[in-house]
Amino acid sequence: MYDADKIITGLIIFLCLITFPIYYNIATGKAAYRPEPKIVTEEKQCVESKGYMRAKHMDLLEEWRESVVREGKRVYVASDGKQYTMSLVDTCMRCHWNKAEFCDLCHNYVGIRLNCWSCHTLPKRD
Amino acid sequence: MKVLYSLLAVIVLVLVAYVGVGLLGLHSLFGVMIPYAAGAVFIVGLVYRVLKWAKAPVPFHIPTVCGQQKSLPWIKANNIESPHNTWGVIARLALEVLLFRSLFRNERVELRRSEKLIFGGNKYLWLGGLAFHWCLFIILFRHLIYFMEPVPSVVLFVQDMDGIFEFAVPTLFLTDLVILIALTYLFLRRVIYSQIRYISLSSDYFAVLLILGVVISGVLIRLFYKVDIAAVKELAMGVISFRPTVPEGISLLFYIKLFLVSTLVAYFPFSKLVHGAGILLSPTRNLKNNSRMRRHINPWDYPVKVHTYEKYEEEFREAMKEAGLPLEKEN
Repeated sequence: MYDADKIITGLIIFLCLITFPIYYNIATGKAAYRPEPKIVTEEKQCVESKGYMRAKHMDLLEEWRESVVREGKRVYVASDGKQYTMSLVDTCMRCHWNKAEFCDLCHNYVGIRLNCWSCHTLPKRD
Repeated sequence: MKVLYSLLAVIVLVLVAYVGVGLLGLHSLFGVMIPYAAGAVFIVGLVYRVLKWAKAPVPFHIPTVCGQQKSLPWIKANNIESPHNTWGVIARLALEVLLFRSLFRNERVELRRSEKLIFGGNKYLWLGGLAFHWCLFIILFRHLIYFMEPVPSVVLFVQDMDGIFEFAVPTLFLTDLVILIALTYLFLRRVIYSQIRYISLSSDYFAVLLILGVVISGVLIRLFYKVDIAAVKELAMGVISFRPTVPEGISLLFYIKLFLVSTLVAYFPFSKLVHGAGILLSPTRNLKNNSRMRRHINPWDYPVKVHTYEKYEEEFREAMKEAGLPLEKEN
């Protein structure tokens, strides 16, 4: 006839499930956490603009990888006309050597797992 | 025509977001307020819908079954096709929800040129539907990375499995590919087959096209017009922790996608999409087929005054005897 008890139990379980992330963030206490990657560089300007780098650095790195590995070309001309050597370790990480406080912060934040370090080795710095 | 109206509706939605965010710069309206409103409409609407269904009485015992009912001990009963206890019902509903078991039995009847009526299995709808729903579920589950901090390892595991081929940068997700194919099929079957086109409504096309719009914008954001996803997660975390902020540097395309998602979420409880809740509340599926074990009495049966034959005979015994009518009880 009426199954109100079962239906309402099901409804409550469903509501708990879809709101689960809210409780999870309260439990972990990291709801207000924002990654703030440390920029420890002496240079004032990255290869491209900050907005471009934030959203599309993976495109740039892929372009560099294809160019270096497949075509052997190592010179990158930035949109402002400056020339850079295409190299993750020698160009990017010369400034951003602090992987744990730079790369990893955002990548961990949005659950991105990379395979850079299956080929490259992390440069040592004293 | 119906296809065009639905397509037009989706295009208008895209344009609304384009004008609102791109031209007028209403970032907090489209990034925070509309998603909140959509979430509230979803929850209130769904609860309202389900409670309304819960209020509808189910006086009759109407499971639709296609297996042997439990009867005598030497007749083999099929507890999944014709469940007689709660476990049977759970198994039947679970198979229905997770594998679309009844759709698997979908058949096609066709009159071929040889004037032969042909019955054949038709598994494409089942396959397309199942692929679409599972992909949608996995994609929704993957999106938990934007709502949980730290990201649970099970979400990362699902994401790794989904991108197992590591094709392209960032990795192409298999579910993105499959859901696009499945949705295209589900849309085209409504357009191409004349019988299905005849029974399709604007809302049928609209649901498919709206979801297709969400998927296409999502794939574009991921693979071609990338956004700063750390900023996207900041927005999402702010919204679900009720301390909304609108970070800089999120592209227009993201807001278009978010507006389409908000529309979909708000539309859900008032459309055919709510079958997700309805399947569990279908009396034909969630009742036990135990009518041989238990008598089901309609609780509304009006207390009619009955005059049984027994009493009738008692009353007119003498008259009937005189007339020579046969009597059940002689004296």
